[in-house]
Amino acid sequence: MSTLLQNVFGNAKGFARLNGESKVAPFVVLLLVVTVLASACNLLLPQDSIFYVSTYTITLLGKYLCYAMLALAVDVIWGFCGILSLGHGAFFALGGYAMGMYLMRQIGDRGVYGNPELPDFMVFLSWNELPWFWQGMDQFWLAMLMVLLVPGLLAYVFGWLAFRSRVTGVYLSIMTQALTYALLLSFFRNEMGFGGNNGLTDFKDILGFDLQSDNTRVTLFIITALMLSGLLVLSKKIMQTRFGKVVVAIRDGESRARFIGYRTENYKVWLFVYSAMIAGIAGALYVPQVGIINPGEFSPINSIEIVIWVAVGGRGTLVGAVIGAILVNYAKTKFTAIMPDGWLFALGAMFVLVTLYLPKGLMGLWSQFKGEQAVAPTPVNPPNETSASHNPEEGRA
Amino acid sequence: MSLLDTTREVMRRDQVWPFLQDDTATVDISHQVLLYVEGLNLSFDGFKALNDLNLYINDGELRCLIGANGAGKTTLMDVITGKTQCDSGTVYFGQSLNLLEKDEAEIAQLGIGRKFQKPTVFEAHTVMDNLELSLKSNKSVIPTLLATLTGEEYDQMDQVLETIGLKGERMMLAGSLSHGQKQWLEIGMLLMANPRLLLVDEPVAGMTVQEGERTAELLTSLAGERTVVVVEHDMEFVRSIARTVTVLHQGSVLAEGSMDEIQNNPDVIEVYLGEAP
Ligand SMILES: Nc1ncnc2c1ncn2[C@@H]1O[C@H](COP(=O)(O)OP(=O)(O)OP(=O)(O)O)[C@@H](O)[C@H]1O
Ligand SMILES: [Mg+2]
Repeated sequence: MSTLLQNVFGNAKGFARLNGESKVAPFVVLLLVVTVLASACNLLLPQDSIFYVSTYTITLLGKYLCYAMLALAVDVIWGFCGILSLGHGAFFALGGYAMGMYLMRQIGDRGVYGNPELPDFMVFLSWNELPWFWQGMDQFWLAMLMVLLVPGLLAYVFGWLAFRSRVTGVYLSIMTQALTYALLLSFFRNEMGFGGNNGLTDFKDILGFDLQSDNTRVTLFIITALMLSGLLVLSKKIMQTRFGKVVVAIRDGESRARFIGYRTENYKVWLFVYSAMIAGIAGALYVPQVGIINPGEFSPINSIEIVIWVAVGGRGTLVGAVIGAILVNYAKTKFTAIMPDGWLFALGAMFVLVTLYLPKGLMGLWSQFKGEQAVAPTPVNPPNETSASHNPEEGRA
Repeated sequence: MSLLDTTREVMRRDQVWPFLQDDTATVDISHQVLLYVEGLNLSFDGFKALNDLNLYINDGELRCLIGANGAGKTTLMDVITGKTQCDSGTVYFGQSLNLLEKDEAEIAQLGIGRKFQKPTVFEAHTVMDNLELSLKSNKSVIPTLLATLTGEEYDQMDQVLETIGLKGERMMLAGSLSHGQKQWLEIGMLLMANPRLLLVDEPVAGMTVQEGERTAELLTSLAGERTVVVVEHDMEFVRSIARTVTVLHQGSVLAEGSMDEIQNNPDVIEVYLGEAP
């Protein structure tokens, strides 16, 4: 048990090295090639061709890529800074709701009640006018701004409070769970003005394009792939700057980083904001593809699942998180088709096995397989020395 | 104090109001004293780790702090560097900078560098990256995001690598260095920051005799331009570098003076040297 906890909360040995293992460029090329091929096979081939890719598959792939983006967000904060957020589902859902609000306003008078201004659920609640926070959400640019701002602001306020009071480890993780749970409960309430437990759905089109058409679906899929690639490259670039090095330094020895003059809480807050914004974008791309957003997305279990995707792929590798998310979700699709109730158990088992026996995830396995050990030497000194030396607080407890 | 006295105190013409003082101003050492520690008290659950401790360090001095295990040496450094809050007392850096009001990062930026008792380097970073992070530079978020190494900084890094003897290991991960090399790297990190005051906690622990000798040479050469406070148990080492030695005992200063004076001080012989002649 203690190994498990140690592996989850910031034991440096469990993390992959910064350079070398994270091969973003080849992965992005692969991702884009697959995206182009799948899109072409959907749009250009006749339905009876054996190479035809169904629109259902395209949407499924798009969904996986959104999850991958979400995993990327968690990896940035957990893998590189050691902050185990169990509330990233909240930022994802908030981004999704911002997009959902725009899509609701796009329905116009085509809803069941035919009200040109108010979404159906508001008419049903016999509201007479749009709440203030729905104003202007029919503007695409404003909605997109909200996709970034709302998760970003929440992360800023939360991070500011938590990191300034130096909350770390398990306590922080519990706080993030509480955050997403609180949002879950409030979004369930009809009075919140987000459609209660039904959420937002029955979307018709986006920027005037029919959401049901193959072209729109493929376009959304391509945009998701491009966005994911862009964010992968950007995150990699950020981690290569001195800022990124400070972030890793905070993960491996926060008080040491303070003693050389870095205000570590500021670094953590801004990284948290960046990560929350990625999650928000992922949510915004997810909603038009799956066609619904409801409070279930805030459920604490969802946030825990994301962490497992990252652990499976390999923390602190960026690409690993993306691969982990895609593989685990593919497994979930297959598994739930056969044994719907068993999935959570399988997931839990996967997490325990990976943290105990595969602390660097699939990426670690891959680099072991390729014999990277020969290139970069691993620690040669006795284990008690290494474990004692990366945490100055340990010795004083 | 009457209102009039208070007003007079506030309006004193020889003082600047604290909130008008430029805190980032250079350290004022007009009295040749760099660090004032006065009346420091700190207890952990009733146990007095620091007990009315007074210590003055002159600018450019090399001072050795000795004392038995648990005497409060590390705790003193914790208070000076902002890691631990003391119960009462004052700590001033130069004449005007009150260190007790500042946090770790601020104190570090003022030019106080610290080497921990256990070597703490960033294990997942290369030796070079460890040094880069320790550079004296603007350490706020945006400048750090945009920072690139200048030629001068490279030269400085080369020089430090030369000094700490890790030239060949520059691209190695710090985690894969030997214990002694980590100690050196941490000293190198201190040097990169170009600090005014170095607080060095047990630098030769785990080093071979030769490595220890080189460390002694290095620390001696630093004094003068910088001020160095060294905590060490190894009396051989202390003898080889010390000019002034301060003996701590149960959280307060027991004796202070040259090595010879200390060795002949009856109190010291009784509580410290007496144990291990
Ligand atoms: N955070 C803490 N909580 C409780 N007690 C503490 C704490 N830090 C230090 N102490 C106690 O204060 C005393 C002084 O400790 P300190 O580490 O300063 O000793 P030291 O002189 O550095 O000894 P050593 O030579 O062993 O390093 C010790 O008895 C220690 O147990
Ligand atoms: Mg000590």
